[in-house]
Amino acid sequence: MLEFKNISYTYHAKEGETTAVSDLNFTVENGQFVSVIGPSGCGKTTILSLAAGLLAPSSGEVIRGEGEFGYMLQRDALFPWRTVEGNIFLPLEVKKRNTAEKRARALELAEKYGLKDFLKKTPSQLSGGMRQRVALIRTLAAEPEILLLDEPFSALDYQTRLEVCDDVQRIIKSEKKTALLVTHDISEAIALSDKVVVLSARPATVVAEHKIDFGGNSPKSRRECGEFAATFEILRKELGI
Amino acid sequence: MKNKNNYSREHLAYLKKQRNKKIIVILSRAFLLIAILGIWEICAQCKVIDPFITSSPSRVIKTIGSLYADGTLFYHIGITLMETIAGFLIAVTVGYAIAMALWASDTARKILEPYIVVLNSLPKIALGPLIIIWIGTGYDAIIFMTVLVSIIVCIMNTLSGFCAVDKTKLVLMKSMGANKVTTMRKLIIPASLPALMNTLKVAVGLAWIGSIMGEYIVSKAGLGYLIVYGGQVFKLDLVMTATFILCLLAGGMYGVIALIEKKVSK
Repeated sequence: MLEFKNISYTYHAKEGETTAVSDLNFTVENGQFVSVIGPSGCGKTTILSLAAGLLAPSSGEVIRGEGEFGYMLQRDALFPWRTVEGNIFLPLEVKKRNTAEKRARALELAEKYGLKDFLKKTPSQLSGGMRQRVALIRTLAAEPEILLLDEPFSALDYQTRLEVCDDVQRIIKSEKKTALLVTHDISEAIALSDKVVVLSARPATVVAEHKIDFGGNSPKSRRECGEFAATFEILRKELGI
Repeated sequence: MKNKNNYSREHLAYLKKQRNKKIIVILSRAFLLIAILGIWEICAQCKVIDPFITSSPSRVIKTIGSLYADGTLFYHIGITLMETIAGFLIAVTVGYAIAMALWASDTARKILEPYIVVLNSLPKIALGPLIIIWIGTGYDAIIFMTVLVSIIVCIMNTLSGFCAVDKTKLVLMKSMGANKVTTMRKLIIPASLPALMNTLKVAVGLAWIGSIMGEYIVSKAGLGYLIVYGGQVFKLDLVMTATFILCLLAGGMYGVIALIEKKVSK
């Protein structure tokens, strides 16, 4: 579980101070997939950094449940000098948990999600979508409870994006992880999430929250559902675009 | 792997063209060398140029022979090679360590920046007299000069390699809770390997400058010493010979680094 309670955050630079987030309140329940959408530059990445504790809030409190965080970034950030397998083991090495048992668990995950034939390849031999899947398995290898996703599909071309979107949602759901995604893509948020939190422009605060419960559980069936377009319109208006 | 027989005729023609190009380059290189040496030799033989001033390839070979005969050839080569390699290795390792420290601490980097810039632009030969007084006239003074000449560039090149590492990867390491040492080991060092290889190539050239310059200032032996001595007593054969050997050694050392780079970046 993750709860933002009256969170404010101010950036300090030589040029002055900028309030990125002000009086932010929302909750991510265990096992829930929550998306945060907002206009560009509204401090979405800041929210993830606050969630992970990389930044301390200026005021308010972030309440974290049990378990660790795993970060998934806009770009895959795979290390080109390591094989796919080596990349997946990276968090284990960094967190000093590089035991045979943990490595076996990580490999099991990789094989379960179709990376078996790619383990000995280098990232440069993989397609963009495949690389992002490796990045997700790398994140999961450290066995986090909550995944923080920072626009992980934005660097992909449209077709790959739809595929990877399905992919990631399926893997996260079947591993029963909690996820917090920030994005500026409305349709992505609707397709993936159990709940969408809409933010205002900077300083970001919550405008509305929507539970999404139509169209079954896969992004594909959601997109095909009739309510998709209606929800899209509502969110679009709330974002003021 | 594709068998050669499976290639189309067009592709075979393309391969042949590439191979021919390569052969032309290699042959032209050899020809250029032979032509220069040949013209030089002929001009000297026919007294178009004065071989006393310009020496000649045959005189260089003769000088190498006589140096070899009195047993000093490898002595001089050995001294200079040792000074250069020692200076090079010290500059690279100490430079790398300093670059790591500067990478780890923003504050240290900011504090030391102007000093590094000034030291970089200072002509190191200006420190010659000080080095002689502080360290003496042995080859340790020359090694010190070699280090001095090459270390600043080593520090600056490696540091800029460290700082050029992809920011996304740094965020990734941070999000996994990596400390500076782990980030250095897992990310910065492997990611900046190409920069290190470049640094080695630049440093090897500078190390030669350092060691020969050092020998110009103080020395009793070495190729730089032979050049200075030869110049003073007007034995231009000796000067040319030492220069020729230097060319071979410097080229050889660069070749070794290039070979290491090929191995590493494979």
